[in-house]
Amino acid sequence: MRIYATYNIKGGVGKTTTAVNLGYLAAESGLRTVLWDLDPQGAASFMFRVKPKVKGGGKALISGKRPLDDAIKGTDFDNLDLIPADFTYRNMDLLLDAGDAKPADVPGGKPARKLSKLLNPLADEYDAAFLDCPPSVSLVSENVLHAADVIVVPLIPTTLSVRTLEQLSDFVGELKGHRPEVLAFFSMVDRRKKLHKEITEKLAGERYEVAQTIIPALSVIETMSVERAPVTVFAPSSAAAKAYRALWAELREREAA
Amino acid sequence: MAPDLAGFMADSSDPQTWDDITSAVLGALAMEFDVGPERPGISALGGVRRTTWLDTFDWRLHKAGLTLEYLPARGGSELRLSGGGADQGAAQLVTGWQASRPHPPTALAGGPVGVRIAGLVAPRALIPIATTSTVTTAYRLMNKDGKTVAKLLVEQPSLVRPQPGQGAGPRQPVPLPVRLTITEVRGYQGQARRATRLIAAVPGVTPTTSPLFADALAALGRRPGDYSNKVDAAITASMPAARAAAAILLRLLDTIEANVPGTVADIDTEFLHDLRVSVRRTRSALKLFGDALGLSAQELAFFAGEFKWVGDLTTPTRDLDVHLLDFEETVRGLAAAKPDDLEPFRAYLEQRRRKEFRALTRGLRSARFTSLIQQWRTKLVEIQQDSAGRARVSRIRSGQPHKAGGGTADMLAAERTRVAFAKVARRGAAITRDTPAEALHDLRKRCKELRYALEFFAPLHDPAGYAKVVGDLKRLQDCLGEFQDTEVQIGEIKALAAAMLAAREAPAVTLLAMGEITAGLAARQRTARADFERRFAAFADVAGQRRMSALLRGGTA
Repeated sequence: MRIYATYNIKGGVGKTTTAVNLGYLAAESGLRTVLWDLDPQGAASFMFRVKPKVKGGGKALISGKRPLDDAIKGTDFDNLDLIPADFTYRNMDLLLDAGDAKPADVPGGKPARKLSKLLNPLADEYDAAFLDCPPSVSLVSENVLHAADVIVVPLIPTTLSVRTLEQLSDFVGELKGHRPEVLAFFSMVDRRKKLHKEITEKLAGERYEVAQTIIPALSVIETMSVERAPVTVFAPSSAAAKAYRALWAELREREAA
Repeated sequence: MAPDLAGFMADSSDPQTWDDITSAVLGALAMEFDVGPERPGISALGGVRRTTWLDTFDWRLHKAGLTLEYLPARGGSELRLSGGGADQGAAQLVTGWQASRPHPPTALAGGPVGVRIAGLVAPRALIPIATTSTVTTAYRLMNKDGKTVAKLLVEQPSLVRPQPGQGAGPRQPVPLPVRLTITEVRGYQGQARRATRLIAAVPGVTPTTSPLFADALAALGRRPGDYSNKVDAAITASMPAARAAAAILLRLLDTIEANVPGTVADIDTEFLHDLRVSVRRTRSALKLFGDALGLSAQELAFFAGEFKWVGDLTTPTRDLDVHLLDFEETVRGLAAAKPDDLEPFRAYLEQRRRKEFRALTRGLRSARFTSLIQQWRTKLVEIQQDSAGRARVSRIRSGQPHKAGGGTADMLAAERTRVAFAKVARRGAAITRDTPAEALHDLRKRCKELRYALEFFAPLHDPAGYAKVVGDLKRLQDCLGEFQDTEVQIGEIKALAAAMLAAREAPAVTLLAMGEITAGLAARQRTARADFERRFAAFADVAGQRRMSALLRGGTA
């Protein structure tokens, strides 16, 4: 099972739309796919029309009292399942840290690997897992970085976002043992803006971990929350759908290389 | 997506009502769910699917609890094997497979399905039994958030056409009862159960676990396992003897007729084998109890002669089939010669078979054969009808010396089986180590007659006692069969070698290899002869005789 995480310290950069669209495209390509909505806001769950509620809350899942398998809901699409968000995920740092002698601030300690451990039993059932992460630097994000094979990082083309990517790359570089690959891409790009154009072209040329594909700022992407479906489903011929397909293809090509 | 939760079908056989039933089901579901059609391109559930079920003519897969389906598809056609336990399933992609034609099991060689079934099926071919085309419409059952919580599949199957070799059937597609299935969406089992309850309450809908294959077969007027070469005529102890005798012979005639198309089409070698066995049984039955039919001596002699003609007609091709079927094993058994040395022999056998097969098919298509079958059936049906109601008379006569045709089935069975057994016991007991081979060959014939007598009247016997007696007899027959067949094969190989020499088609290495085969056969023959005494004693010693007597009295020893 390949684990993909959409991650950025910043919010509102397109993590959830990326997870929803790439998750759908993975399933459509025949991969048995599960998406875990780790964000307590539950945007991915909302997009798939699944109630953001898990019996026993995050505590039951993280403690292992309730297997992850029990919480899985089928989406409306073949091959694609969802582990819904729950409002108690807002305390996930505490839940991940609970019951371990080693404090959370010891890098690579047990608490940082709990998510990875929880996902292990799903490996027989799924070919791909997508983790839609809340925006933060926390024990949750450390867990995600440990569990994932690929970190998919949406970037808004600003000077600050370049700094964000550098920070993330440094953090991943410091991880002991398993290190995920990083694939950043520019999202919400407005080609009419000079700054956007300059930054996307410069970084895509200079840094290997930045994808060639960009996701433009398009209103059809925003309507996902109205349609409550992947853009690739309700507007399959749109420029947005084509861009997400290109991003998924580039991601797979890089993995195959 | 979880597996199917529950299936329903229209309980009416009238296709006119099926659309109404579907509408009623959709109406009932709409009381609790938003119901909408599945979006095109989103799910693989809808569409048109063609399925062809395959089995051997004698249902070997069905008897083993297996189902084999051929599913043609643009991206890759597939053979799918299911049943026989959770780990028995297998799928195999096939190219160039023609759904309407029989295929030898070697067509699947090397693939996962081939590996599973080759041993079970060979030497029989896989025959298409039924083909359906199913139009599936998928509906989404949604909650208030517009989330799909279950799916309804409406399947409208139709039987595409009758299969070759199964007589005239409907040419137009035959609609089969509409099927409705609720499919769970993971995490929403409660809603799927609710949907199931709503459908169950709709009038005209009935739950089903019966596979579509069963509907297709029913539409063809068939049932699984409807062919067997066993003589399982519906006879009872009190039935008039003539009627029982006619029933047995009619059953044999059915088997002969059932195997003619497959033999002529050369689908596999077992058609001819079953046809031959039924002809041989018919001849033995005529000998054993032909007099009970109430036919004139002249009529009896005519039918016996004609069935001898049919038997003789089938012999050359069958003999060559046996050589060819055993060929691979024979080649494996060679010690000195190389497998390639025998290739001219195989080529010669195949060439001879083609010639003999042409003669066989000419015979089976001839007016003489057609007329024989027709006359025989007419005569047997007449006897069955005439003899109805004679049982009362024959009961009054019981205890009197039996007169052919006048008694009941159990009297006929006991008397004729006893005579056949007495012959076997007497002639077998006279065989010593010095007795010429001919006496053993003769005993084999008597054993065959006895076996047939037992099998013809099997429904009248105690099953446990019957199984023991037939089991011992079968082992004796196997021993005698091995003794004689090896001798016959030695003789045939010598004759074939002579013929090949005469035709200048016999390289020296081939003749040497054929010599090695005959040596192996001679060794097997000696072993069989050495085993005879033990096999005969097991069947016909004092205990064996008691078992037979008890069986014929209607009990166990």
